[in-house]
Amino acid sequence: MVWRFENDRLLCRQTANLEEGRSKRLDREESMKFKSMLLGAVSLGVMTGLVHAETITIATVNNGDMIRMQKLTDDFTAKNPDIDVEWVTLEENVLRQRVTTDIATKGGQYDVMTIGTYEVPIWGKQGWLVSLNDLPESYDIDDLLPAIRGGLTVDGELYAAPFYGESSMVMYRTDLMEKAGLEMPEAPTWDFIAEAARAMTDKENEVYGICMRGKAGWGENVAFITAMSNSFGARWFDMDWKPQFDQPAWKDTLTFYLDLMEDAGPPGASSNGFNENLALFQTGKCGMWIDATVAASFVTNPDDSEVADKVGFALAPDKGLGKRSNWLWAWSLAIPAGTDNEAAAKKFIEWATSKEYLELVASKEGWANVPPGTRTSLYENPEYKKVPFAEMTLQSINSADPQNPTVDPVPYVGVQFVAIPEFQGLATVIGQQFSAALAGTITAEQALQSAQQIATREMTKAGYIK
Amino acid sequence: MARAVTPAHKATVTFFAWAIGLLIFFPILWTILTSFKTEAEAIASPPSFVGFDWTLENYSTVMERSNYFLHFLNSVVISVGSTLIGLLIAIPAAWSMAFVPGKRTKDVLMWMLSTKMLPPVGVLIPIYLIFRDTGLLDTRTGLVIVLTLINLPIIVWMLYTYFKEIPVDILEAARMDGASLRAEIIYVLTPMAVPGIASTLLLNIILAWNEAFWTLNLTAAKAAPLTAFIASYSSPEGLFYAKLSAASTMAIAPILVMGWFSQKQLVRGLTFGAVK
Repeated sequence: MVWRFENDRLLCRQTANLEEGRSKRLDREESMKFKSMLLGAVSLGVMTGLVHAETITIATVNNGDMIRMQKLTDDFTAKNPDIDVEWVTLEENVLRQRVTTDIATKGGQYDVMTIGTYEVPIWGKQGWLVSLNDLPESYDIDDLLPAIRGGLTVDGELYAAPFYGESSMVMYRTDLMEKAGLEMPEAPTWDFIAEAARAMTDKENEVYGICMRGKAGWGENVAFITAMSNSFGARWFDMDWKPQFDQPAWKDTLTFYLDLMEDAGPPGASSNGFNENLALFQTGKCGMWIDATVAASFVTNPDDSEVADKVGFALAPDKGLGKRSNWLWAWSLAIPAGTDNEAAAKKFIEWATSKEYLELVASKEGWANVPPGTRTSLYENPEYKKVPFAEMTLQSINSADPQNPTVDPVPYVGVQFVAIPEFQGLATVIGQQFSAALAGTITAEQALQSAQQIATREMTKAGYIK
Repeated sequence: MARAVTPAHKATVTFFAWAIGLLIFFPILWTILTSFKTEAEAIASPPSFVGFDWTLENYSTVMERSNYFLHFLNSVVISVGSTLIGLLIAIPAAWSMAFVPGKRTKDVLMWMLSTKMLPPVGVLIPIYLIFRDTGLLDTRTGLVIVLTLINLPIIVWMLYTYFKEIPVDILEAARMDGASLRAEIIYVLTPMAVPGIASTLLLNIILAWNEAFWTLNLTAAKAAPLTAFIASYSSPEGLFYAKLSAASTMAIAPILVMGWFSQKQLVRGLTFGAVK
């Protein structure tokens, strides 16, 4: 993690230098442009007569929905015989580093990039992405879920089309809940979750009441604890960008989390991320698991899950302050500004995020495998309504508001993150503090104190705090 | 006088050698075993060692989803190409440093090594920009150039230490017989240094084969070698261990086989000379 953080910092610094140098480079770019035009003219002459299909390169992450899309590419190429598609699939962190380098240097290696709700506002503001406002009427842009669309829009311009959206929710074992003599409400409070978790725990038989993320990382424990802190009335920064980790709301959040994990969590939780908890839940070792809505299709799949027929769903818990602890994320497709194949790339995005694509997946793999959380019409479809987690996913997504994520006002966008370039590096270090507190090497107070110090230092350095 | 070796002593040493060998090999063995499990078995706790339903499903999925042979070919071209070009440059360089050292030879050697001390990400953006402007992004030529430059200090250092072991008198004798500089390097020095050159060659092919920073960052679809192939099977959301293990096994298999057949040269090269 340290290595990665250093990498991020170096990359950030280089990117900043790049921005400064950009204006100086303009002259050179002019002459370069002329040269490439000349080159283009020559090669056009050479290629005349050759019918050459346009090739678009798509960078994507390795997850079930994306792999399914790769398999269905034939449908796209059949409809667009003049476009060839090349895929580059990478692990999330590798992809992020890779596409960030490419887009910051205008490297032009990709025509379509898979990016998340964290990147879109930052990159959109930088002018690195092509606006998608001109998608044809048949695409029905107004059908996109408002919460998701809001997260991908900067100053009225839609900079990425959502491929699938997710929030977080409670997944629980109906049999264990019954055994504990409790009944899960549709919208539980944190106090109920704590009570149920402690009642369900049976450490001798390796059954732990609650599994929550503990692995350090801005997309792992920080995402979870930040979303949780929203419901406790905490926030990362006040309206003057002053870090708030020294406030009582943060202390409440972290102590509640640590106490609950100590009483009812699995051993070694400080190294558990999404995948580790998924494995624990699927093998029957967790009473409850609060995590991404996309996990619902995994835990209810009888091929992989031992508890497939005993899973219930509920909204992420709250503390009665008006905000729930669920996050909002959408893997989305965007076009880097300056690509040579903009029109073809747009055609691809239009295909991959269309209503017809959802129907295509449903016809081949069933409604449960349709990429969730992007279109209102999907949730009005009577066939899709039969999927057990459909309704809860929609409710979870709708109850998250990235523009207005906290109880008290904040100057930033983002539910489980703060959409500023400095967040990644900052949250990586703070995540290590939270993880250390869970491992028991430091106390909650110490973790928050260092978080406050680190955040104050970095935010001052970056010029947010004057 | 040779030290007396008792059978008990020999048995203990053999036991520890095997134990350490197995310990080092265990992660690879575990990867290979996992590649034959289903995704559910791959995460099962407690894990089973051999008593699971062996399946080839992961391999067929991986073959179906990725173009293994393209990645494989890219890996071969990049690792062999960069090592050969590196040797062509390094042999004369190491010759001059070993046999005609100047006042600054030690400094030059140190300076060359110092280039390895910089974290690669520190020069990622400049190199990326140069590659963008010269059209080398996502090309095998580009990767051969970068990997040659990156491994050059190691090649020069290794060859230098091997050449140092060769008595300069032999070269002088060749010179007395009227051998030109070219003939001296090609017909006298190189044959004597073959074990050293062979082990340098093998080690550098392995280093280039496993190089994962530049090969991931400078490629997209066309020139991506096996490192990118592995990276496409890891995922923070979802079960992937069995497929990832299958991909890893397929990626390391060629180099493992090569290492097995050439282990004699590797060991001889690495232990070549009196002081090693």
